[in-house]
Amino acid sequence: MKICVLVKQVPDAAVAKRIDPSTSRLDRSGETNLNPFDTHAIEAAMQLKEGGAIAVEEVVAVTMGPENAVRALHKAVSLGADRSVHLCDDGLVGSDVAATGYALAKVLEREKPDLVLLGQQSDDGECYTIGAVVADHLQMPSLTQVIKIDVEDGNLRCERQAEYGYDTVSVQIPAVISVGDAINEPRYPSLKAIMGAKKKPLDALGSADAGIDAAMVGADGSRVSCGDFKSPPAKGSGTIIEDEDTNETVEKIVAWLDERKLI
Amino acid sequence: MNFDLSDDHRLIQKTVREFALGEISPIAEQLDREKQFPYEIIAKLGELGLMGIPFPAEYGGGGGDTLAYVLAVEELTRIDSSVAITLCAHTSLGTQPIYLFGNQEQKQRWLPDLCSGRKLGAFGLTEPEAGSDAGNVRTRARLLDEGEWAIDGAKQFITNAGTDISGLVAITAVTGEDPGAKNAKEISNIVIENGTPGYEQGEPYRKMGWHASDTRPLTFTDCRVPQENLLGQRGQGFKQFLQILDIGRIGVAAMGVGLAQGALDEALSYAKERKAFGKSISKFQLIQAKLADLSTEIEAARLLTYKAALLKDTGRSFTLTAAQAKLKTGRLAVRAAEEAVQIHGGYGYIEEYPVCRFYRDAKILTIGEGTDEVQQMVIAQALGA
Repeated sequence: MKICVLVKQVPDAAVAKRIDPSTSRLDRSGETNLNPFDTHAIEAAMQLKEGGAIAVEEVVAVTMGPENAVRALHKAVSLGADRSVHLCDDGLVGSDVAATGYALAKVLEREKPDLVLLGQQSDDGECYTIGAVVADHLQMPSLTQVIKIDVEDGNLRCERQAEYGYDTVSVQIPAVISVGDAINEPRYPSLKAIMGAKKKPLDALGSADAGIDAAMVGADGSRVSCGDFKSPPAKGSGTIIEDEDTNETVEKIVAWLDERKLI
Repeated sequence: MNFDLSDDHRLIQKTVREFALGEISPIAEQLDREKQFPYEIIAKLGELGLMGIPFPAEYGGGGGDTLAYVLAVEELTRIDSSVAITLCAHTSLGTQPIYLFGNQEQKQRWLPDLCSGRKLGAFGLTEPEAGSDAGNVRTRARLLDEGEWAIDGAKQFITNAGTDISGLVAITAVTGEDPGAKNAKEISNIVIENGTPGYEQGEPYRKMGWHASDTRPLTFTDCRVPQENLLGQRGQGFKQFLQILDIGRIGVAAMGVGLAQGALDEALSYAKERKAFGKSISKFQLIQAKLADLSTEIEAARLLTYKAALLKDTGRSFTLTAAQAKLKTGRLAVRAAEEAVQIHGGYGYIEEYPVCRFYRDAKILTIGEGTDEVQQMVIAQALGA
């Protein structure tokens, strides 16, 4: 079986997110990192490969992103992926979720994976939807927010995080599964793996290589049009209720909540 | 000039940062309080290949360079000095002599266990009357007719020699007379494995800081080791340890940078949170001046330290720069920790806050691996003064 893991380069969690006033978009110029949720997807792939319940021949990390997104791929292979694919093309800049999902699906069509794994959300856009879009294009079942994967008679028995408790779902492969961060504890890459990452094969593809229809990607091929993004307004100072008499304090809090129809 | 780290170096830096935050930070205070040696952390660092960063893969090392080592040490010290010094003393001082001066057989025999972190290496140079004046060594090794060294003497302030996983110590010892030497002593380096009869590790010192690291006095009483445990040529010990200390200084400089940065991290985050007179204390100019000065000095000290690493990695002389980096960073670490405590006010004097531990851990950085005064001597000599 072959597993493709979709990964994304995102601004590092330690960098305060801000809107670039000149473009009204998220400022991505600072320190970057592999999307933390995707490290859980790679770990899930590695656990399937090392678990032995199903033979996994290859784990391939796939990303779409600018030139420096290659760093995310290096981290992905240092975490265990056997090779990586980098879809990079000026024509892809400005793609929305649907266009990105389409482009990634075209790359996956070439790879013909038995299983596609990805983090359930990205640390920057937090759309939660790429997995479903990719699955639709590939005509594969889609499972989201998965926190446990077991191999059972050649199928995958998964637990999905639901609002109350878990859904247990059995899915036939090939399938697209997005995972939550409760699924595992990702390993740290070893020094040897980091130093060896650049020696693992990396395919750099342009849109044409992947058979991507240029009209369906990029800003023009996207149906979402973005208005002006602005930073959220600074929080007000709030209301401080001094606790002199606890009964009175409780009454004040209840009244405050009641006024706003919160209770 | 290129100030950008390579992709590999960035990933090493980031990985050690995440490791330090995820694995060490949650237990650093407890390890320090209970003076527990961090066995589990060292085992994990070993699995990640971080206990032998600058040594070749053929001996089980990480195959990294000095800069990679510096980045790792810096990121560890940013969170905890005890773990960092354990790795640092093991790598620069314990393993280095065997890698640099050992013959093929010695390297094959000792390096794989050391580089993997299964065993710890120690370096036994300092004696009650021979610290920076290491030529004044009193420990003696007599070569017996049966082809064994018989060692008698004492070492002190030795890191990593008395843990459950301590494997060996490389010591300097007087092996004969050398009329050509300044004090007529022939000095050699000899490896002594833990468990050798006559080699005893004393009780751990009650230190000001570095509480979770292992530091003890050692004694050798008619301790017999095979003749083959001699490292390199007999009589080369003085030159050898000077070379080891030069390299060690780069590691300790990285600790200074890391500790100062860790102190600034804590001070900045506290200053933004803590309110006084109706606003965050980070908005007061007197606090801002402290934070700004520290940040500036840390960046300067970091560049000096990275330069020392780069000089070594490109095969150039680094003695002067390493001494400068060690001098600059040790003093900076002490000042940064003090300012961080000051910014924390009374809370900085309470052990729950990491800056309290940083303050205790910092002072040794102006002493260990050559005092500030010795660095000044080395620097002045290099200037031709």
